[in-house]
Amino acid sequence: MTKLDAKIPAGPLSEKWTTHKNNLRLVNPANKKRIDIIVVGTGLAGASAASSLGEMGYNVKVFCYSDTPRRAHSVAAQGGINAAKNYKNDGDSVYRLFYDMIKGGDFRAREANVYRAAEVSNDVIDHYIALGVPFARDYGGYLDNRSFGGVQVSRTFYAKGQTGQQCILGTYSSLLRQVDKGTVVMYPRYDVLDIVKVEGKARGIIARNLVNGELERHSAHAVILATGGYGTVYYLSTLAVNSNASAAWAAYKKGAFFGNPSFVQIHPTSIPVLNEFQSKLTLMSESLRNDGRVWVPKNKGDKRKPVDIPEEERDYYLERRYPAFGNLVPRDVASRAAKERCDAGYGVGDTGLSVYLDFKDAIEKQGKKTIENKYGNLFEMYEKISGENPYETPMRIYPAGHYTMGGLWVDYNLMTTVPGLFSIGESNFSDHGANRLGASSLMQCSGDGYFILPYTISDYLADDIRTGKISSDTPEFIQAEKNTSDKIKRLLSINGNQTPLTFHKKLGKIMWDYCGMVRNEEGLKKAIELIDALKEAFWSDLKVAGKADELNQELEKALRVADFIELAKLMCYDGLNRKESCGAHFREESQTENGEARRQDDAYSFVAAWAYTDDENPPQLHKEELVFENVAVKERSYE
Amino acid sequence: MNIKLKIWRQKNAQSKGKFETYSLNDVSPEMGFLEMLDYLNQELISKGEDPVAIDHDCREGICGSCGLYINGQPHGPEPKTTTCELRMRSFKDGSLITVEPFRSRMFPVIKDLLIDRSAFDKILIAGGFISSNTGTAPEANSIPVCKKKSDKAFDMAACIGCGACVAACKNASAMLFVAAKINQYALLPQGKVEAAERVKKMVAKMDELGFGSCSNTYACEAKCPKGISVSAIAKMNREFLHAKIVAE
Amino acid sequence: MRKLNLRPSTISSKVVMALAGVFLMLFLVVHLFLNLLMLMGDEGETFSNAVVFMTENPAVKIFEYVLFAGFIIHIIIGLLIEIKNYFARPVKYAVSNTSKTSFFSKYMIHTGLIILIFLIIHFTHFFFVKLNLVDIPGDITTDNHDFYAMAKYLFKNGIYTLIYIISFVFLGFHLNHAFQSAFQTLGLNHPRYTPFIKALSSIYAIVVSMGYSIIPIYFYFFY
Repeated sequence: MTKLDAKIPAGPLSEKWTTHKNNLRLVNPANKKRIDIIVVGTGLAGASAASSLGEMGYNVKVFCYSDTPRRAHSVAAQGGINAAKNYKNDGDSVYRLFYDMIKGGDFRAREANVYRAAEVSNDVIDHYIALGVPFARDYGGYLDNRSFGGVQVSRTFYAKGQTGQQCILGTYSSLLRQVDKGTVVMYPRYDVLDIVKVEGKARGIIARNLVNGELERHSAHAVILATGGYGTVYYLSTLAVNSNASAAWAAYKKGAFFGNPSFVQIHPTSIPVLNEFQSKLTLMSESLRNDGRVWVPKNKGDKRKPVDIPEEERDYYLERRYPAFGNLVPRDVASRAAKERCDAGYGVGDTGLSVYLDFKDAIEKQGKKTIENKYGNLFEMYEKISGENPYETPMRIYPAGHYTMGGLWVDYNLMTTVPGLFSIGESNFSDHGANRLGASSLMQCSGDGYFILPYTISDYLADDIRTGKISSDTPEFIQAEKNTSDKIKRLLSINGNQTPLTFHKKLGKIMWDYCGMVRNEEGLKKAIELIDALKEAFWSDLKVAGKADELNQELEKALRVADFIELAKLMCYDGLNRKESCGAHFREESQTENGEARRQDDAYSFVAAWAYTDDENPPQLHKEELVFENVAVKERSYE
Repeated sequence: MNIKLKIWRQKNAQSKGKFETYSLNDVSPEMGFLEMLDYLNQELISKGEDPVAIDHDCREGICGSCGLYINGQPHGPEPKTTTCELRMRSFKDGSLITVEPFRSRMFPVIKDLLIDRSAFDKILIAGGFISSNTGTAPEANSIPVCKKKSDKAFDMAACIGCGACVAACKNASAMLFVAAKINQYALLPQGKVEAAERVKKMVAKMDELGFGSCSNTYACEAKCPKGISVSAIAKMNREFLHAKIVAE
Repeated sequence: MRKLNLRPSTISSKVVMALAGVFLMLFLVVHLFLNLLMLMGDEGETFSNAVVFMTENPAVKIFEYVLFAGFIIHIIIGLLIEIKNYFARPVKYAVSNTSKTSFFSKYMIHTGLIILIFLIIHFTHFFFVKLNLVDIPGDITTDNHDFYAMAKYLFKNGIYTLIYIISFVFLGFHLNHAFQSAFQTLGLNHPRYTPFIKALSSIYAIVVSMGYSIIPIYFYFFY
């Protein structure tokens, strides 16, 4: 087992980033013009990095699978974006934000990175305002904040329930400005399928033009992956249905370590599965739990209408189990509690896989008008999807896969274990530990792209000012292209009976059942067996309609599912290895008598970074020990 | 429920394309419109036919990828709804549903129902931004912004770039799309600095690309999934006249 | 020096068209007021006096040229815009748009063309007579400015009366959209006033259309 070097700068926590920045090497403006950078993904992280690097004078190529960068799934973030501005004068500070993130992450994140994310959060807000992002304001014209994610201060900036959309439109506009200036070239409708390494360094990518199916080689001095999370491994999740892990998985197979792959946040309040063809779970904002009461019937299989079930026959299980926090327990706790009730047979709806979120009491106490003001748009959205009116009958909710804290392992400079290959935003593992604090994902993505990576990547590129243009005609590129092309040919030639969608659904079910909200050794082992069998079936019975040299959405799906199957197995390995419960990762073997998570700091206070070996053998584990010098490691309790 | 679908099929940008009719049984009223098409595609594949290509991604009405012209209306019959949010319960059992791509010279069909909307990006590249480099921003609260104006700017910025306004307009005009962006920035002090240049450049690009003009028919407003008001267009015209006549 | 832009933007074209339209709408009111003088019951004496005043006043002469320019600009830009719009969607929809729209706005080119045809008929009946380009209809008078006599003669004919009335109905349709649309195009949209403008637009259209219709009806039925 090699020791990973996170390259955390020395010195006091609050000075690390400043000192580090002062010591980073720079690339002078004339030389920047000679350096090419590839950015994969155009969400908040990718678009902000690409625009900043473009402004600095680098030549940037930016790839995304959508028809335009603005559609990347950051667009769907609802709640808000945190910053330590302390506008509410409620005692917030960079340190507090840092502490809340560390604690929220259940002490499984790297102190220095988290502190830096909190440190640049204020710059992010300033920049978004300058870009014309219309965050909510109060009547004096100053920015408003709300409390979010169960923290004690109000530090969340928001734009109704569309904060992610407003932020991404801001980054997208700055990206387009660079396109106008000629420093950034956009490649929309491209899937990045492989990373090309030359002499050990990441020097390019193989991308498939989704319109005509052609494979293209693109070279650069550095490659940045901003490909988001891999929650669609569950098939049904709150992610966009085309979100995928292919580029990140290719990076893993080229030597980038994968950090904490099993850490997935399951969001407790999504609209449940309503039909067998459902392709997506829509999130209902967490804020609903401020006034809604969660319950199931006390009698198993009670088929009465919820309004007909009398008060004494209702089980408000969150209030019963967690009297102090009640319906406001953190996401992971609420999710597991819902699963526990449904598994025990108390779930409601046709599938028995949902619980009620009831606003009856809130409406009685506060009046319909007040509730409408607070949640009107959410109620409308719910009614649009479910056809039920939440003012009259309780909503039905169920947990859904949401955010992946795990991702490519990166050092303090956001570089993976492959030199020249960087990973930012949700695609890296770095800032959220075992559980993400609400409203800190937009913050991290933007911070990485606007204010961190542009500095650290320049330090790396300082060695490349004399390299000259990287050729994409070298054997490495040709080989990588051939490998990709062979893989596509192989997928198309199987000609079996099952579509990629069928396999994706099966994979999703395995992962949801055995590597979802609750895990145990037996289940994870079983999952690995099932995934192996599924993989075999996939490569022998897959049916991909259409051809390689055309727009072929079935082929796109097949390529994504092939990677998800492999990634799923890695997630199970990681879940199996971590025999403790922490954050979103709940191992049944490690719980208190009351069924609460029990962390095991002596044995598991490390980042599990997995290295690819080959397709036959299990991955190799590398540990990055986590050192907490600035916070006291405590136990989470919500009882 | 059982339905009949009349869907535009076109192999690629060069080929001519025509309507095909399909019958689909056992459709659940709970299904989303796109899930119904997923279902259709699975049936088509099992019969050895080519599945229908459609653009879609978030499936929660915010990314703007999806957009089908359903029974004579962009995004179907419901107001303030995107195609992915549309449920099959909006249709009657046994009904015939005609599905066409958004039609416009500026939105050429790539395949079946999937179109090229890069013209929207081109308009925004011409000036749909505030020229502020990373690092130049002053403290966020240093410029107060009237709440009413800020809220209005948000309403304008809610545009998801789906193209329904162009698809609904009898002239395939992009005025609502362009106006929304112009308004968002014109309402904010940060965006005022380059307001005159911005409106001139964006309108010129819109014209150059060949979008039609506005007949004040207001079909765009009726079909905008985010409910952006045509008052935006009036305001853009005002901004434009100001830029052309008054501003230096 | 700035380059002269010979291809005006869609917005500029629409604004010019709207301004011309506003001018034409004002003219319609003046013209209507004059015409209604025929109903004074004095065998057209007041009306004829007004016509004489209009004919001899040099300001009105200039106004006439401006008016023609207004007509021509409005028509030409309207046609050019229509052509451009046509090419913006080369492949039409199989199912035409069924969403909620401002109904009359969709048929502005159609109502506009009907009005154009009416205008030609109207000119042959009255304006070209004045210019001595066309003979006085029915040789009812020797004075080519005696419009009262001409109107009296013309509207005894049921077909002409019908053509005029139908045309005025279409003019009403055109104006119903035109009035409020001009405000929108000129950038005058305000949440407080726009509903009022829209109502006013319909009132204006009805008043103008009915006002003009009264004259043929009066001569045909009551004279």
